[in-house]
Amino acid sequence: MTTSAALARNISDRLGFGPRPGDLAAITHMGAERWIEQQLHPQSIPLSRDLTARLADMPALSLTPFEALRTYGPAAARGPDGKVDPERQKELRVQARFIPAQAVEARLVRAVESPRQLEEALVDFWFNHFNVFVGKGLDGLWITSYDEDAIRPHVLGRFRDLLGATAHHPAMLFYLDNWQNSAAGRPGARGAFKGLNENYARELMELHTLGVDGGYSQDDIIALARILTGWGFGGRGGDGPGGMETAPRPPRERLKLARQIRQTGGFIFSEERHDFSDKTFLGHTIKGRGEAEGDDALDILALHPATARHISFKLAQYFLADTPEPAVVDGMSRTFQKSGGDITAVLKALFASKAFLDPAGYGTKFKTPLRYAVSAVRATGQPLKNFRPLVGVLTQLGQAPYACQTPDGYKCTEDAWLNADAMTRRITFAIALCAGRLPLQSDPPDKPLPIRQSQRVADQAAQQMENAPVRGPAVDAAQLAETLGQHFSDNTRAAIDAAQPELRASLMLGGPEFMRC
Amino acid sequence: MHAINRRDVLALGAAGLCAGLVKLGPAAWAATGAANKRLVVVFLRGAVDGLNIVVPHGEEAYYLARPTIAIPRPGSEMGAIDLDGHFGLHPALSALKPFWDERSLAFVQASGSPDITRSHFDAQDYMESGTPGRKTTADGWMNRLLTQLPGPHAPTSALSFGPTLPRIMAGPASIANVPLGRAATAQLPLDRPLINAAFDKLYASNDSLSRAYQEGIASHKKVMTDLQTEMMEADNGAPSAIGFAQDTEHLARLITQNPAVELAFFALGGWDTHVNQGAAEGQLAQRLKPLGEGLAGLAKGLGPSYRDTVILVVSEFGRTVHENGNRGTDHGHGNVMWVMGGPVSGGKVYGAWPGLAGEDLYEGRDLPITTDFRSVVKSILAAHLNLNTDQAEAVLPGAPAATGDITALIGT
Repeated sequence: MTTSAALARNISDRLGFGPRPGDLAAITHMGAERWIEQQLHPQSIPLSRDLTARLADMPALSLTPFEALRTYGPAAARGPDGKVDPERQKELRVQARFIPAQAVEARLVRAVESPRQLEEALVDFWFNHFNVFVGKGLDGLWITSYDEDAIRPHVLGRFRDLLGATAHHPAMLFYLDNWQNSAAGRPGARGAFKGLNENYARELMELHTLGVDGGYSQDDIIALARILTGWGFGGRGGDGPGGMETAPRPPRERLKLARQIRQTGGFIFSEERHDFSDKTFLGHTIKGRGEAEGDDALDILALHPATARHISFKLAQYFLADTPEPAVVDGMSRTFQKSGGDITAVLKALFASKAFLDPAGYGTKFKTPLRYAVSAVRATGQPLKNFRPLVGVLTQLGQAPYACQTPDGYKCTEDAWLNADAMTRRITFAIALCAGRLPLQSDPPDKPLPIRQSQRVADQAAQQMENAPVRGPAVDAAQLAETLGQHFSDNTRAAIDAAQPELRASLMLGGPEFMRC
Repeated sequence: MHAINRRDVLALGAAGLCAGLVKLGPAAWAATGAANKRLVVVFLRGAVDGLNIVVPHGEEAYYLARPTIAIPRPGSEMGAIDLDGHFGLHPALSALKPFWDERSLAFVQASGSPDITRSHFDAQDYMESGTPGRKTTADGWMNRLLTQLPGPHAPTSALSFGPTLPRIMAGPASIANVPLGRAATAQLPLDRPLINAAFDKLYASNDSLSRAYQEGIASHKKVMTDLQTEMMEADNGAPSAIGFAQDTEHLARLITQNPAVELAFFALGGWDTHVNQGAAEGQLAQRLKPLGEGLAGLAKGLGPSYRDTVILVVSEFGRTVHENGNRGTDHGHGNVMWVMGGPVSGGKVYGAWPGLAGEDLYEGRDLPITTDFRSVVKSILAAHLNLNTDQAEAVLPGAPAATGDITALIGT
């Protein structure tokens, strides 16, 4: 099958964040099928030396939760008297700002520059599916590890592995409070760890696996919460917040825990807080025996038909249409079940479906703010030296990286993102970008901002877009049109032709065809 | 109804294109705001602990259930502010006490959504769609409400504060977004006539993007004009408010400048206090204080317009009666609604109070719901916004009518 220009544009837009200069020609030359196959195997695509070096230069990306906690957490601020020194704690908090800053930088730079575009789209998808919020306490220390260790390695792997990795990660255990989930009456259940906490158990079924109509009851939620009692994290030998001890432990016990933490990077299972009784969960009897109960529950959830359907629907909604055809979702669900939850196989079924390849569907999905802003920068062909302006516009548009507070993550539908304000803001960004007003090529500021400064970031972005001096060359309109495959409606084409030359590029990136993918 | 609104908005948009929109001043909009009745909704996302807001200090069971997080009885140090001998107000909300005293602030205790979900997302969804238990409802009840209010509507008839359009405002009628904080008054490149004209050509038709664009331009101009005019007069060198107080100050200005504003919506987060909730001081108190002050500032800023404004504060569900092992509270059921404004028959805690004794609790743990939140909204729709039964049914299909003392919530 030959690859039309329209198909090339479609898969570049849908599997990734849209074309950079030359991308569409490369896809056409390679053929759509082969290009998709390659994207499904990202390790086969080499990263540029610049990008590799830049990522290697970010120490936060390889920081384990345990190391981060030990170095920057409250326990590290203890004075010789064993009490937390508030001044020292403040200092450490400022020092630790590089962690979320590098998380955001790595995410945006990869989205703009990595040739493994599907991998980047999937990191966006799966992170939102298993969302945690960078602004919730310790999660600011763990955000890089969560992205690098729990999400990224599994985005094209088995769903069960992804589920297991998120379930064991301190960032998730903290975000949805399971680290405190304890069986009353057990020896470790005291202080901050007194009772059952259902929060994670509920979202694990409602959002991560079965879906809200997946056929579970309040009793199943309680059973799952009991199964997950004792799943938490540790630091400095304890399992309290920030590595504070819950109770003095015998030295042998401490050594055992320390070993476990070193192995897992943060996760620990506390027998002392676990409910060892038998449970009935989704009709299965789970023998009370410790950590393995949780693995049983995750097995049941990962391969449940409701999970197959829920995940397939969400993937189809992300890559195909806000309301995907039931036939496509059915086919994907069958593949999910037959393959034991192999994400690559499910995506293959989607990308080969009639609906996905039907030209009538091209350009019908309203881009999320992330897709919109990243695709605009990609289309100009610039590398992303300074990521700050991009964070600014994403904050304005309501989709700053890692900043979704609720566990359902950012949505990907037109309902959620198309509104009057969004249009004027996107156009404002397009105009500033095309005029060379965004300092994307400046040295990034060396002081990372505190996490909860979104208002300031958005304000700065607004000022930059209107008042900043021109910092770089204006975007060449003819080159841009070529990059985008000359994909404009007659009306857009006429408006571009009629406009002053310096406005033309911004009409392309601010025009209706570029708002959709 | 939708078609009429759409046409009005488009007509205004088209007029805007010709006039470059810059010339439209407040006077151009005044004619469209015949209604002069307003509803402001504040959504506390995350399920606020209503039992620590309107505190049943007259009940021993309250203090037994909450050994470390209860608000002390009135008269004690950091105690509740007594309201009626049985209920008291959280001390962090002292800014609202004058409105209680002048009888323009009321509460509805033990209210909420009849759906039993304890999921934030479902519960918020239901409260915003206005159809508990039905997930397929595509639009939000405030959007449906706008279509039921007498037109014609301006692009700024309904204002949503914040970066994304919330579920409650989603739907066919056009809603203006007002950015939070200082960004509300930032100049855009699109304010320049040449750039504006070029983009107008791209978005001149009737598809969803063009409509969003046209509405965005029109409401942006209007908001900018109103905020700037008023600000120069009002600021007088005073430092500007921050956070919620700044946004309510903006809303007060937008309403006093522009009678077309009929509906406004805010959402505030951070109420999901599972851990270390605090009592008279602490996490919850720190969030309640700016909320109370922001609402008081709004009431003051509205001036005479407060007479025609109802402010409704809601949250998706309440929290457990008993505190949990982490000195916090978990997801519960019944909660308290706050109703404030000139038309409110205030100075009273409405609703049937079920009590907190063990046998009275929902599923043995939560405050039961004796008033469906929709019946409170319905009484506002009828008595304040003058909707007839059919119109109220279109806004909240299948919702029960107000009963008991709720029928007298809005004075006539």
